[in-house]
Order: sequence, then structure tokens, then C-alpha cells
Amino acid sequence: MERERVKSILESLLFVAVEPISARRIEEVLDGVERKEIASILDELRNEYESGGRGIRLAEVAGGYQLRTASENADWVKKLHQLKPQRLSRATLETLAIVAYRQPITRAEIEKIRGVDVGAVLATLVERRLVRVVARKDVPGKPFLYGTTPEFLETFSLKDLSQLPTLKEAEQFAQSPPPEATPPSSEEKAEG
Amino acid sequence: MTFKVQQEVFEGPLDLLLHLIKKNEVAITEISLAAITEQYLATLELMQTLNLNVAGEFLVMAATLIHIKSRTLLPPGDDGDDDAEEDSAGDLVQQLLEYQRFKEAARALESRELLRRDVFTREAAAEDREETVEFAAVSLFDLLSALRDVLARWPADTVHEVVLEKASVRDKMAFILDYLRRCGRAVFQSLFDEATSRLEVVVLFLAVLELVRIRALRVWQEVPTGPIELELAAAPFIPPEAPEETGMDRDGT
Repeated sequence: MERERVKSILESLLFVAVEPISARRIEEVLDGVERKEIASILDELRNEYESGGRGIRLAEVAGGYQLRTASENADWVKKLHQLKPQRLSRATLETLAIVAYRQPITRAEIEKIRGVDVGAVLATLVERRLVRVVARKDVPGKPFLYGTTPEFLETFSLKDLSQLPTLKEAEQFAQSPPPEATPPSSEEKAEG
Repeated sequence: MTFKVQQEVFEGPLDLLLHLIKKNEVAITEISLAAITEQYLATLELMQTLNLNVAGEFLVMAATLIHIKSRTLLPPGDDGDDDAEEDSAGDLVQQLLEYQRFKEAARALESRELLRRDVFTREAAAEDREETVEFAAVSLFDLLSALRDVLARWPADTVHEVVLEKASVRDKMAFILDYLRRCGRAVFQSLFDEATSRLEVVVLFLAVLELVRIRALRVWQEVPTGPIELELAAAPFIPPEAPEETGMDRDGT
């Protein structure tokens, strides 16, 4: 098959897919096209979206590829759908960070770090499907072990858990005042 | 005060300590813990006055802090100190440093491109309407610090006047909503400009908390130590520099 033709098909697949499509699934569908070529075409598509001033981006999240809107257009998309903000509190976000970095982790272990009951916060995270029970710990009482979900990766634009930024060493904070909190702002983004 | 606003507090004593450490611009050390003990206790007292659901952990921490502080006041070099005591302060410092790392990690996560806040997929539009992820920028302790500043303007109520206060939380909620409808946005402190007593300040503050809880109010802070701003959450969403001239109608809210 011609390269341009494969590229066109790939774009259609990405357009109709609801969840991120894995490279393996793409290979299955495009039976006979080499993995290397698919990867190079995906790269090409990504560059075209990014450099062409388009409103769509090709993102690599949760172990697959997904078309997403350009972040600078967020306000307009929200306006179109009249999306109401649904908030995650700071406590929820911090608990999520602890689960993400220390998974699998029990509720008691999270509470040891946060120094406060996290039952309600954990319930919120499970309800939002950002966190789930992954196993039971083999200690008396067999407490649940929590871990993050594929939805967590999707929500935070992460390809996989190894993409989580490394935790800073505690010693870095010991010498200086804690860094200042940054209010959410659409200007400051990680590379996504 | 008979009103009861049960505000759930998901933030713990460690959050309060880190908040005070940041506010005082000190490093996380045993000495700075001793230095902020009084502020910790004052905040705790305020939380109890406000009927906030103060978890037992806050009281345990208060005891730990008082203990640490008392040790710093004793002349050093005494053999009376045993190792266990030495550890309680060191452990707390370690725990704070560890927690600080996760707070930092949470901020890093928050600054990523978030699905349904910054970026959208087709699926999100079809199924998850009314769901966009957003994070409350101001913590309870920021608000409590601001309240302490406001209360500092009034002397402590030493005389108990028997005057029927007209201010109920419900009235104040209506007042705040009305005020914001007129002004659009307000600096937190400015709400209290016309308050006449500490009680009224406290009632106003509870009204703010309740409005935040029912999500009628958004609370923002542009910079970490800057003024806290309030605005109506129910206001129709208007993006900055939105192309209003397109004439598209967005009614139905």
C-alpha cells in the first residue's frame, strides 16, 4: 500500500476511535504494513497537526494514540458544550499523587503520609475512576491496595506511569522554603 | 453561636503546618516548627470557634508541637533528654519533607494538559457533559489566614453585650451573592468592610465557606500570598477574548 494511502487510513482510524488505540491494534487493522512505517507515519501526522496551526493534536496517552483538541482552544470547546467545572480539591489531588507514586498502597499508608483520614477523598477518586482497588495486601486484615487507572493516564496526558515526573528528593526542600504554589493557569503547561 | 455549618475538612495538621511554614517563609526544621507553634494553635482555636470539623489529629499535633517548643526553651546539653524525644521532632520534620514532595508532585500533575480542562476528545463531548476538571486554587488554610487578618482588626470581645445579632449565615449568603452579582468579583477582605462585630465577621466567613461548599462561589488567588478573590460560580462561562460578535446564542442555563 502506498504511504499516503496508509496515512489517510490511519487518520480515519484515529478519528473514529473513542479510546486511545494501541500500536498493536493499529498493526492488526493495517495488516501487512510494517510497524516501523506505522510509527513513522504517526510521527508525520503528529508533526503536521502541531506545525500546521491546526486545532487537533495527536497525543500518546495511556499506551495508545488519541486525537485531542489543541489546549489553546479549551475555552471555546468548553463554551460549545457549556461544560461546568467539576473540581478536584487540593486534598484529592495530593492523595492522587501519593497513590500514583507509591502504588500499590493501602489507605493506612496514605494516611501515614498525609497525617489525616483519607476515606472520603479516596472514595471520590475511586468514583471518578482515577484510582481503583488493585489487590489486597497480605498482612493481617488484608487491606485493599490502591493503584491508578488507565483513566488516570488519560486525564493527565501520560503515556504510561514511567512518564510521571520524578519525585524531588526530600533534601532539596530541607535547605530552602517550600516552593510557592502555582495557581492553575492555562499558560503554564508541561510538555503534555 | 447556635448555627452549625458542618464543613468537612480534608486537610490535616500537616497541611496546616506546611501552610504556616510557607507563609512565614522558613525552612522545614525543628526550630521553625517551634516558632510557628503559636500560629498553629491560634488557627486551631479559630477552626473550633467556627465549628469546623476538627479532626483529632489536629489536637495530637498540637501536643507534639508544644512538646517540641518546650524542648527548645530548655537549656541545651542536659542529659535529661532521651532519644525518644529527640526522634519525635526529627520524625515530624521528615514527615513534613516527605509530604512536601507529594504536594509538589500534585502541583506538577495539575500543570499537565488535563483531559476535559485543557484538551478534549470526541468522546468527552458526547458523554461527559458538565464535567470539566478543575482544581480549587485556595486551601481552607489560606482562607483561615485571611480571616485571622480580618479579625485582627477587631479587639477581642471582652464585654458581652446582649444585642440580638441580625446576621444569620443564610442572610449573609444572600448578601454575598447579591454583592457579587453587582460587582462580579470581589477581594475576600473587602466583604468584611461593613461588618460591625467579630461575630458578624465570623458569620460572613461561614457564609463564604457554605457558598464554596455548595459550589455557588469560586475562590481564587492569583499569587500564593496575594489577595484572595471571590466570584460567582454560577455565572455563565465567558472565555477571555471570546468571539462574542459571532452572535451565537448560549441560553438554556
